[in-house]
Amino acid sequence: MGVDAVLEALNTSAVRTVALGAAALGATAGAVGAFAVLRRQSLQGDVVSHAALPGLAVAFLLGGRDPAWLVLGGAVSGWLALVLVGAVNRRSRVPLDAALGGALAVFFGLGLALMTYAQRHVPDASRHPLDRYLFGQAAFLRDADLRVIGGLGLAALALVGLFWKEFKLLSFDPDYAATVGYPVRLLDLLLTTLTVAAVAVGLKAVGVVLMTALLVAPAAAARQWSDRLGRVVLLSGLFGAVAGAGGTVAGHLAGAGVPTGPTIVLAATAAVAVSLLFGPARGLAWGWLRSRRDVVHG
Amino acid sequence: MSYTAEIALVLAVVAAACALPGTFLVLRRVALVSDAIGHVLLFGVVVTYFAVRDVESPWLLAGAAASGVLTVALVELLGRTRLVKQDAAVGLVFPALFAGGVVLASLYLRNTHLDVDAVLLGQPELATEARWHLGGVGLKPVWLMAGVLAVNLVLLVVFYKEMKLTTFDPGLASALGFRPGLVHYALMTAVAVTAVAAFDAVGPVLVVGFFVVPAAAAFLLTDRLAVMLGLAALIGVVGAVGGTFAAVRLDANTAGSVAAVLGVLFALAFAAAPGRGLVAQAVRRWRQKRAFHETMLAVHLYQHEGTDAEADEAGCRTVHRHLGWTEGQTAAVVGRAERHGLVRRDRDTLKLTHAGRDRARDVLGGSVDSAARPPSPPPS
Repeated sequence: MGVDAVLEALNTSAVRTVALGAAALGATAGAVGAFAVLRRQSLQGDVVSHAALPGLAVAFLLGGRDPAWLVLGGAVSGWLALVLVGAVNRRSRVPLDAALGGALAVFFGLGLALMTYAQRHVPDASRHPLDRYLFGQAAFLRDADLRVIGGLGLAALALVGLFWKEFKLLSFDPDYAATVGYPVRLLDLLLTTLTVAAVAVGLKAVGVVLMTALLVAPAAAARQWSDRLGRVVLLSGLFGAVAGAGGTVAGHLAGAGVPTGPTIVLAATAAVAVSLLFGPARGLAWGWLRSRRDVVHG
Repeated sequence: MSYTAEIALVLAVVAAACALPGTFLVLRRVALVSDAIGHVLLFGVVVTYFAVRDVESPWLLAGAAASGVLTVALVELLGRTRLVKQDAAVGLVFPALFAGGVVLASLYLRNTHLDVDAVLLGQPELATEARWHLGGVGLKPVWLMAGVLAVNLVLLVVFYKEMKLTTFDPGLASALGFRPGLVHYALMTAVAVTAVAAFDAVGPVLVVGFFVVPAAAAFLLTDRLAVMLGLAALIGVVGAVGGTFAAVRLDANTAGSVAAVLGVLFALAFAAAPGRGLVAQAVRRWRQKRAFHETMLAVHLYQHEGTDAEADEAGCRTVHRHLGWTEGQTAAVVGRAERHGLVRRDRDTLKLTHAGRDRARDVLGGSVDSAARPPSPPPS
């Protein structure tokens, strides 16, 4: 599979549309995910994306067929899961990690039950297979999906720009932010909501199971190249976009049965591997080279 | 045994087997490891399949379990480079391996029972059919699960003391010569093997729920480790049976329904756990509020006892103005304080009893006596 095959694939307008959508959602997830990773909340996205499933199913059972309604349903239940995790963490002695894991499994289980119920009892369910949302099939992105991705993505990025200073302070020194009078809980909620929105735009192309990786991987890769927040967020968005587009094309070339969510995640993981090895300041490859040189000369 | 009962039994065995190591995952705050391990099993199965080329080989199970333990090691290795934080390391490793497993499975294993959706959803129905063949005897996955449950029970009984000590006081454990690191990896191995046994029935995503949710609910109900282990297993079994029958009634995915019912059981414990649940918290706050009002009344009367203003400050009809309460609320508080023997009515004035005066002194601090009274009550 050479360069020609990639170019040929990009020449079909369907693939181009799909790759564009995947790039847009990758950019959104990357930029928003950078904050989640910096705040050590990488696994929040995991919970949100799994917990989106029951909301999707409920929206579908209530008659929603428009992607915007399904995404809204998913976002609401993902958000609800995080709120419940917060309540359990504050009001009981169950540790945070157990609350996260439990919420993930319970919501996902409920979603699976509702999804199978819908498939067996809703007459037109076979024309709108919900199980595509599990692993994602970017090939089925339609113009309506692209509008949802574009709209939500732009809104999320605009909010990041608008609250740049606040989010920066919240990420690096939340105590100071609270001391100087920023509404920390509100900002925290806003950032959480942005995470939910970033997950929601990726549901159809990447799927609920693996969407978390698109929040974490580009950010972890970008972090290896810079210590400045602005560059990390920009690079993270860029890596996300490249992984989205590249993974979609790779999935297309691999054949019809391969879902695109995993190929996008593998593309993002490749970016992480390269960054961990060759990041300018802390790259593992440089460390190995140095130790070899020391052995030779010392 | 009816078909439904058989599936309920399978899931009950899985739930009990998961709940035992799950209890330690919750107590040691490493619950999400079971999430990572569950996801990676598929990768282990697929890679082992390429080596043995037989979907019915028991080696697939060994490969899956090994991949689970390797994931834990990989996450710790990545965390140790200090290039990514621990939570990000988890979030990088298992989606990557899971994605690799899904891609490989969808490329090369399309016609086997390893197909992606089935793997994700879990199929307890398959667990009652013979899968592996050893010396002419068909082995059913449910026997494997029962075997794992038995092994977990034996390990628990044999290593109970070690597990307890390394969980609650790792520092003391290593000082006494136990090896917390060794125990950690032993637990991870048990989790991986248990997850492998559970994999067919519940799939890679829900398995974290079987490990974590019953244990978390049990954690709210008791302070004793042995009781918590028993309760976790019991809650798991109740959830498995309830979820199976709910799934049949609704004609929905079985493993998913069990996870949802486990969630309901946790919610019940969260709301109603004796002494710790939301209801108990609310009752405690309500009682504290009532006791606080009575104490406030006692302190107020104590501040003005024997002063010129006592008739007004402690007057039955005027006291509410000084306390900033409504008349109705004041009447209720005074009534309770009378019943509890803190105050009594002397014509139109409220007087403290001995007990009431003691209560006020307690609150104001032991050193306050009638001579060294603070000059004025704090503004309300």
